Amino acid sequence: MYAIRMENITKCFGSVVANDDVSFAASPGEIHCLLGENGAGKSTLMRILFGLYRADSGSIYVNDNPVTISGPRDAISLGIGMVHQHFMLAEQLTVAENIVAGCEPQRRGLLNYEQARRDILEVSERYGLQVDPDATVEDISVGQQQRVEIIKALMRGAEVLILDEPTAVLTPPEVSELFTVMRTLSESGTTIIFITHKLKETMEISNKVTVLRDGKKVGTVNTEDATPESLVEMMVGRSLPVHDDCRMAPKEAIALELKDVSVAGRKGSRARLDGVNLDVRFGEILGIAGVDGNGQLELEEVVCGLRRPSKGKVIMSGQDLTGNDTRRIRDKGVAYIPSDRLRRGMVTSLSLSRNSVLGMHHHAHFNQRGVLQEDIIDEHAEEIIAKYDVRAESVHQPMGSLSGGNQQKMVVGRELTRPHSVVIACQPTRGLDVGAAYYIREQILDSRNKGKAVLLVSAELDEILELSDRIAVIYEGQIVDVRPTGQFTERELGLLMTGERNGV
Amino acid sequence: MGPKQDVSKFAYSVVAIVIALLVGAVLIAVSGYSVKDAYSNLFMGAFGGVYSLATTIVMSTPLLFTGLSVAFAFQCGLFNVGAEGQLYVGALTSAVVALGLGWLPPVLRVVIALLAGAGAGALLGFVPGYLKAKLGAHEVITTIMLNYVATFLTTFLVKTYFKDPGPVDQTVLLPSGSRLPELIRGTRVSLGIILGIAAVALLNHIMRRSVLGYEIRVVGENPHAAEYGGVSVSAKTVQAMMISGAVAGLAGSVEVMGTLYRFIPHFSPGYGFTGIAVAVIAGQNLWAVIPAAILFGALQSGGQTMQLFAGIPMELMTMVQGLVILFVAAPALGSLLFRLKIRAKEGGGLE
Repeated sequence: MYAIRMENITKCFGSVVANDDVSFAASPGEIHCLLGENGAGKSTLMRILFGLYRADSGSIYVNDNPVTISGPRDAISLGIGMVHQHFMLAEQLTVAENIVAGCEPQRRGLLNYEQARRDILEVSERYGLQVDPDATVEDISVGQQQRVEIIKALMRGAEVLILDEPTAVLTPPEVSELFTVMRTLSESGTTIIFITHKLKETMEISNKVTVLRDGKKVGTVNTEDATPESLVEMMVGRSLPVHDDCRMAPKEAIALELKDVSVAGRKGSRARLDGVNLDVRFGEILGIAGVDGNGQLELEEVVCGLRRPSKGKVIMSGQDLTGNDTRRIRDKGVAYIPSDRLRRGMVTSLSLSRNSVLGMHHHAHFNQRGVLQEDIIDEHAEEIIAKYDVRAESVHQPMGSLSGGNQQKMVVGRELTRPHSVVIACQPTRGLDVGAAYYIREQILDSRNKGKAVLLVSAELDEILELSDRIAVIYEGQIVDVRPTGQFTERELGLLMTGERNGV
Repeated sequence: MGPKQDVSKFAYSVVAIVIALLVGAVLIAVSGYSVKDAYSNLFMGAFGGVYSLATTIVMSTPLLFTGLSVAFAFQCGLFNVGAEGQLYVGALTSAVVALGLGWLPPVLRVVIALLAGAGAGALLGFVPGYLKAKLGAHEVITTIMLNYVATFLTTFLVKTYFKDPGPVDQTVLLPSGSRLPELIRGTRVSLGIILGIAAVALLNHIMRRSVLGYEIRVVGENPHAAEYGGVSVSAKTVQAMMISGAVAGLAGSVEVMGTLYRFIPHFSPGYGFTGIAVAVIAGQNLWAVIPAAILFGALQSGGQTMQLFAGIPMELMTMVQGLVILFVAAPALGSLLFRLKIRAKEGGGLE
């Protein structure tokens, strides 16, 4: 018996086939990963199961009974629950109010808040999902909000729980907590469908894996029979060779140096950056490891002149550039891949051409007496598209019409084609699928091999370990340790990143 | 923005205008007037003959400048509500300069007077730009306040220093050498409309081709990306407000030098504010300011005819203007109505 069976599902959006004759089945109590690149059709398939989309053809069975699901209401009544990537919570309401919204326990027409609290605490205890029912949602962490969503689904009687990229927003400790919860749920018979594009998590948590590529099902395998390499091949359609991981002996000359750099916090709160000393030499990658929000953003902004340090100096090739504006600093030879590419790195409404010169449009090459040289700029954009494998129809289409991976390739391409000696690469592969991420990591290694100094800031520990020659760990705005990459174990890094200095 | 989008947007605007006229027709009928009389007079008054056309153009000219001024500021993410005030300082400055430079040859006199008007507008635009860049003061508030300052300051200056020695508070008439040349003999259509179209062309060129325009657009679309790209958000804010102010100042100059031939306190029937409506309808495309300005000019001149010959109050036309703004500027509302209609057609009713 299968808890869920979907057969020959096809779904088109206009001319795009999002699901092409896909079949999928999950047994009761199974943790089943739905793996695939961005745009492979994972979310579409699950949205069909949850009733958010209607399939063009195909059939769905719950516990082997054929069903018609024409809306989330049907799905919920069939015992299917979904936790979306973007939570659907009312920020101003309490946890309890959010959880019971839509199925409020009532007493004489009034909300029975006490009953709601008791129900929630019971579920929360049974599955190890700690939440405070009285906290306001906007005050709790993202990880806790996710728990609220899970409890919400469980309290509506979910026996099949769909989690759409649940780990994308979590810190490493939160991820392991989530996995514990998932195991408890699976032991008590809940079927979990886990949408992801992360191999490591797939290998760690799942019993079975179904891989989708370009809307089609590639296959379903038992996790114990799979290897990360075999899964990549299924996902991407080709194998990705291991990066050339030769660690370089850095050159002597220091490219970028931070001396005792601090950034004051808001009144009364601790400093965002607290006496940071770092140096990056030519021909090396210095990785900054840390849980998001520990000063990485401030670090990148201080180095690139977007924020003034309250104390300390930023020195590039021996020249003190503290307090210079961004244009001056970047014209000294800084390629900067910003962590928030949508907010910082591009203007989505402008064309690829226009975006391809952002930050160097004032260079003499691209304008003559204040008039932009359209042809030269178009050519420049064409070059980036060709060299960095950007999938685009024309240099005149708006940047916002590209997929995330192609946008990031465009940004990386722009930065690495400008004259530079230092690369500041921040979260360079965040949100990208395996193929694009692989490609961008290759480019970063290539820069290093050409003798550039690279400061790599990433919340993905694997990425830091894979690329860096040396690693500095940042925690609450302080650099707590710096060592060559081989001299850290993953466990040590994990502990340092979460502030357990004594554990090492 | 691609040409395709421009076309569909234009088509959408036309549909919105038609809807506005239809709703207006209902309201006219409900008010007890003949729709046929109203709209035929409206159309004839706006386009039916040389004199009507001339009136439409005269009414459109200041709107072309104020609409351009506001639309340009939009491109930098700024909402210039101060076109009205900038228009007044531009108007008075041009009048005073044109009167004071009687000894110069006419062409030079006119050019200098226009530049002076633009300069005065730019100066008044600088203030809110600077306040926003340095102190974060919102430009909507500061420009509204400066409208009062400009309107009453110009009135005060005329009364005190530049008054025509007659009973009316106004300057003396500009000598013919200080006026913009007439384009159509016997009407008040002046070179102003050509200058307006040239200004649209110039600013459009700046926005699409120049480094300055590129930087202004980047600031307008995404100030964070501007900072990242080494573009100073505060410098562009000040510059964009000054350019916007200069264009609004020219609206006043052209009105004084091409139509009124003198400065009269409170002469503007709200050109600066109607300019906001023009800009909203034009959207992101500066060229679209031209048809939008003509539309409002036509409603204005046609409305007068309607009032005169059909006895239908001008207020009904003002209301139609309001409807046009409502339907064009609220695409969400428009498309909602549109969707509802489609659903009704499919017989599915509301889901």
